[in-house]
Amino acid sequence: MSPPSITDLDDLGLDQGGHLLLHRAVSRAAPGQVVEVRGRAPQLRVHLAAWCRSEGHDVEMAEGPGPVAGWIRPGRATGARWHGAERSGPELAERAPTRWGLAARGATVEAGGVEFPFPLNDRAVVWTDAAPAIYRQAAAAQWDPATAVDWSAPVELDDDVEAAVIQVMTYLVENENAALAVPARFLGRIHPHFREVVAVLAVQVADEARHVEVFTRRAELRGRPLGLSTVGGQASLLTLLEEPDFAVAHFLLSVLGEGTFLHLLSFLERHAPDPVTARVCHLALADEARHVAFGMAHLAAVLEADAGLRPRLAAAIHERHDALAQTAGLNREVFDALVVLAAGSWAPAALAEGFRRVQELSAEMDEGRRRRLVKLGYHPEEAAALSSLHTRNFM
Amino acid sequence: METLVMGAVAYDAKVVTIWDGFKQWFAANGLAFDYVLYSNYERQVEALLAGHVQVAWNSPLAWARAHRMAKARGLDVVPVAMRDTDCDLTSVVVVNASSGIEDVAGLAGRRVAVGAVDSPQATLIPLSYLRSEGLEAGRDFDVSHHQVGVGKHGDHIGGERDAARALVAGTVDAACMIDGNHLLFSAEGTLPPGSTRIIGQTPTYDHCNFTAAATAPAALVEQFRSLLLGMSYDDPEVRPLLDLEGLKAWRVGRVTGYAQLEAAVDESGFYDQEGHVAAVDYRP
Ligand SMILES: [Fe+2]
Ligand SMILES: [Fe+2]
Repeated sequence: MSPPSITDLDDLGLDQGGHLLLHRAVSRAAPGQVVEVRGRAPQLRVHLAAWCRSEGHDVEMAEGPGPVAGWIRPGRATGARWHGAERSGPELAERAPTRWGLAARGATVEAGGVEFPFPLNDRAVVWTDAAPAIYRQAAAAQWDPATAVDWSAPVELDDDVEAAVIQVMTYLVENENAALAVPARFLGRIHPHFREVVAVLAVQVADEARHVEVFTRRAELRGRPLGLSTVGGQASLLTLLEEPDFAVAHFLLSVLGEGTFLHLLSFLERHAPDPVTARVCHLALADEARHVAFGMAHLAAVLEADAGLRPRLAAAIHERHDALAQTAGLNREVFDALVVLAAGSWAPAALAEGFRRVQELSAEMDEGRRRRLVKLGYHPEEAAALSSLHTRNFM
Repeated sequence: METLVMGAVAYDAKVVTIWDGFKQWFAANGLAFDYVLYSNYERQVEALLAGHVQVAWNSPLAWARAHRMAKARGLDVVPVAMRDTDCDLTSVVVVNASSGIEDVAGLAGRRVAVGAVDSPQATLIPLSYLRSEGLEAGRDFDVSHHQVGVGKHGDHIGGERDAARALVAGTVDAACMIDGNHLLFSAEGTLPPGSTRIIGQTPTYDHCNFTAAATAPAALVEQFRSLLLGMSYDDPEVRPLLDLEGLKAWRVGRVTGYAQLEAAVDESGFYDQEGHVAAVDYRP
């Protein structure tokens, strides 16, 4: 048997942190090895006996004065808390057990923990290798609405054109609210083991909050009330919010909806009648490009693991189309406002040009959707058919 | 299937969590077990002797009473099991380091804070210890009670903490508490580090036990005991229950650690030999 290990507390009391030294000595003792405790703190012997009792160690107290207070024989429970503990990383798990809960990836998790409600815990369902890099880009690309936009830039538009800008901004805010709510609904259900995915979506939610802010601020810039919100537009967005499947929701929102919005925001930046409108659309566009890139990367990864998802995604487009067949789609007010905004005035020749540009935009949106669908493995013909079924509300 | 029914005193809301957890664990391990909660130990001991419960999770003072009542009726009670943390406790008498009181004799004419009137560790045993050192409470020194949870036999730590606070506040000259609580109060800052001195320490004594009536079904009691003794801190299902109840392992019950308390009960006349409550100022 090993000779006793010796721990000298000097004049440190067990009520002043001395238990750290005892704890370390006990946990390092070889099986059967005794820990000799020395020290000069006045209450050391009283406290040593009490500490050993509460920790489940046997102790033999020394008789008489002298530097040795007693000898600890470590109890059976020493270190038992960590029997059966699991390492939760650092490598990614194929399925993160819900009992790992909120533990940092890579932490050693005590056995017997409670189950956490993180149903999205399959690597094949949530993960993409692109997530860490996209998160780094997202974190580096954050901008401050207060300083990124020159809110004092001159905005002197005809009342009719200003009204069209306000209507478009009103429509954008409504859609940004949906783009915020959809990832937010899934965020708390994704296992924190896949922290880069959670981080990307968390920043995405914050991005959308800023988009809501800057579009609202542009709409209110001249002190006018906001524009109109229609039943058809909201019905289309509700189908997005109600989608329970993460992959399907991400596909509908980021690949199709935000993918379509890239063209819309780029169009608005190009044809904006004032510098503030151009700037807020430019800022949102940069964020949206990242949201679409993440959506594409995630869906590509999920489809690689599960080819059976491809027809399910296609079916979801059909279902959404059928559900919205009875609604008006993009509301007249928004469509007309886009024409006026692109025209820049109500002169007939300008309106003709604006109308042509909006038609062009529509074609660009369709082409973009088809390109993304083909990239995700759909046959070009199917991609064309699916793109044509996409909601007329754009998002 | 016969059910073993145990009594426990509800000294804290966590008692429900603890015994619900044990009930489930016992059921999963083949023992039909249920529990009844009492608001004080006197009613629990009376229920044990009346056969309403077959086992009681007893304070040492409740053990002393159960054992007296049983004897008076020609019956027997046995300690089935206890926690490792119930074995070999001591209580200490603590003064302010700056008080100039060097030993127990220095308490003559002073004021000593104790816990509730029915606390074995903070009142009965320390006062008996001081008596053995020649100091009679009320005659040689004044006693200041800290009546928290009367009837719960000092299970509630509040009485001891209040006594410690009275010492710090200077309204008393000494305070009595379990050794482990002196460590706890010093570490948590109730007693400022280095501000107190221990001038007396009782011999070791034992604390709670599961007390079984002799009329309890022997096979069930034996199954209960062997399941308890088999509970391992290694087992993640069991560990939270042991943590809540404050132990690392159960031990076989023993009667060897109760002599000090029995003497204290006799000296103070807390119970008579038949186990009647005789303390005049005790309202559980
Ligand atoms: Fe957005
Ligand atoms: Fe977005």
